Amino acid sequence: MIDLSCIYMVWLRDTIRYFREKSQLYGSITRPILWLFILGMGLRGSYRLTGNYNYTQFIFPGIVAMTIIFTSIQSAITIIWDREFGFLKEILVAPVPRTSIAIGKGLAGTTLSLIQASIILLLSPLVKVRFPLLHLLPIYLVMILLSFSLTGIGIVIAARMTSFQGFGTIMNFVIMPMWFLSGSMFPPTGLPKWLNILVRANPLTYGVDLIRGLILRLSYYSVWFSLGYLVVFAIAITFLAVYFFNRGEY
Amino acid sequence: MITNSEAIIVNNLTKDFKGFKAVDGISFEVKAGEIFGFLGPNGAGKTTTVKMLCTLLHPSAGNALVAGYDILRQQSLVRKSIGIIFQDPSLDDRLTAYENLRFHGIIYKVPNKELPDLIHQSLEWMELSDRANDLVRNFSGGMKRRLEIARGLLHSPKVLFLDEPTLGLDPQTRNRIWEYLIKLRWEKNITLFLTTHYMDEAEYCDRIAIIDYGKIIALDTPKALKAQIKNDVVDIQTADDLLTEKELLVKYNIKAKRDGDGLHFEVPNGAEFVPKLVRELTIPVKAVTTRRPTLDDVFLKLTGREIRDESASSRERLKSTMRRMGRAWR
Repeated sequence: MIDLSCIYMVWLRDTIRYFREKSQLYGSITRPILWLFILGMGLRGSYRLTGNYNYTQFIFPGIVAMTIIFTSIQSAITIIWDREFGFLKEILVAPVPRTSIAIGKGLAGTTLSLIQASIILLLSPLVKVRFPLLHLLPIYLVMILLSFSLTGIGIVIAARMTSFQGFGTIMNFVIMPMWFLSGSMFPPTGLPKWLNILVRANPLTYGVDLIRGLILRLSYYSVWFSLGYLVVFAIAITFLAVYFFNRGEY
Repeated sequence: MITNSEAIIVNNLTKDFKGFKAVDGISFEVKAGEIFGFLGPNGAGKTTTVKMLCTLLHPSAGNALVAGYDILRQQSLVRKSIGIIFQDPSLDDRLTAYENLRFHGIIYKVPNKELPDLIHQSLEWMELSDRANDLVRNFSGGMKRRLEIARGLLHSPKVLFLDEPTLGLDPQTRNRIWEYLIKLRWEKNITLFLTTHYMDEAEYCDRIAIIDYGKIIALDTPKALKAQIKNDVVDIQTADDLLTEKELLVKYNIKAKRDGDGLHFEVPNGAEFVPKLVRELTIPVKAVTTRRPTLDDVFLKLTGREIRDESASSRERLKSTMRRMGRAWR
């Protein structure tokens, strides 16, 4: 099941391609910056939050989450491209277990998401967000869990999609809803019941909440519940991703 | 070097896609060191057969041994022993030629120490050394094909599968690919199993199996297959092919086949018959040739159709096949 050289190869390939395709790198840095500075600054005046932070600071953890969800899912759905352009066949016909291919893909998505998210974290002084350096350790733990789970979601989508229907579809039906329902843009309190259910079911909510707790000392849920939810979700989605990837016809 | 041991043994192999038999109980053997060709129109079941032999597709019935391993029970060993050149490109064109080969070496567990030398050797073999560090997206179709062959050979497989290896390449590149394949066969003692729908390419094979509608309808050396047709073939163009067709039937009792290129028929001795025909025919003759039969004529005789005129109908057939199979085709 676990073939280290296969995992390494799949991971290395995605990483090399990422650094070679500079446009993807720049694009996925520009997007969160636009949200953070333009939307954040623009809405700053019209939002009154309890506590000692302004709106830009409030959405900062959400922007980190946005970077992770975009990068993870974008990275996983390259499977669809590989299927369309033939390279997937080369890997699938090799004497390696498919599970290892899926795991390699998951680790690649995690790595790239962490790189992108780190760049956003480096911007924190610009919005005057300060947190103890020691908090970086748990922040990275949460980011790893999030990246791995979200790449898993991407793999499930890629394995289920029969043709390349465009990143736009996935963005409209998966990425944006998940992000909007994560409490990134607004506090997940005092919401109508139906909205609250969606927010509470969304694993991203707990990732954002944990990061926000570590960065701004502001959280809405208990740390252990959030962490537990993320771990359980990560395990479940890993099995799902492996299952669907193994079952897919290519 | 052809020995007597078998590289591939296929027994009653069948693939049924929801009631449509893409491959219908075929059995054959390929000797080690042989160039074995699978010849047939598009949609005849060639690619499906290759996919089953490569363990990419599970047969509905039957079994096969590839390089001595069972395709159902020893998939991993089969995969280690074979190289594949797919019909469609399967390179990562955002990577360099060297990287494509390196990644192949990694997943096929070529020892790290040997890998760089092996890569350089295979690039040299396919005359791509000077392009090793160029991105594959800048390669021509022929170069990509050669790189795929180099990649397929990197882990020293015993059997190399090539699914339509020259499809979409210009004639000059096709010839060049064939030069490599023939060189390969003599220098590396590898078994080549290839599919094609080009008759002229089938001539390079030691033996060919003609496949149509999922069944093998003939299997022999190209020479023996052509010997099935004892007569010479005459191709003739006249001022009025329709009238000529009738006249041939009435005067000589010859049933000719008419198509866009004129009339075609068989006679025992073409060289003697042609002058006689030109003298006696009431319709002016524009052009006439007589020749020994080709594999095209063999295919025509066996199936009643011409392989190269299949393009329109075979596309239809492929389409309906794909519809029936749905996702399974991939």
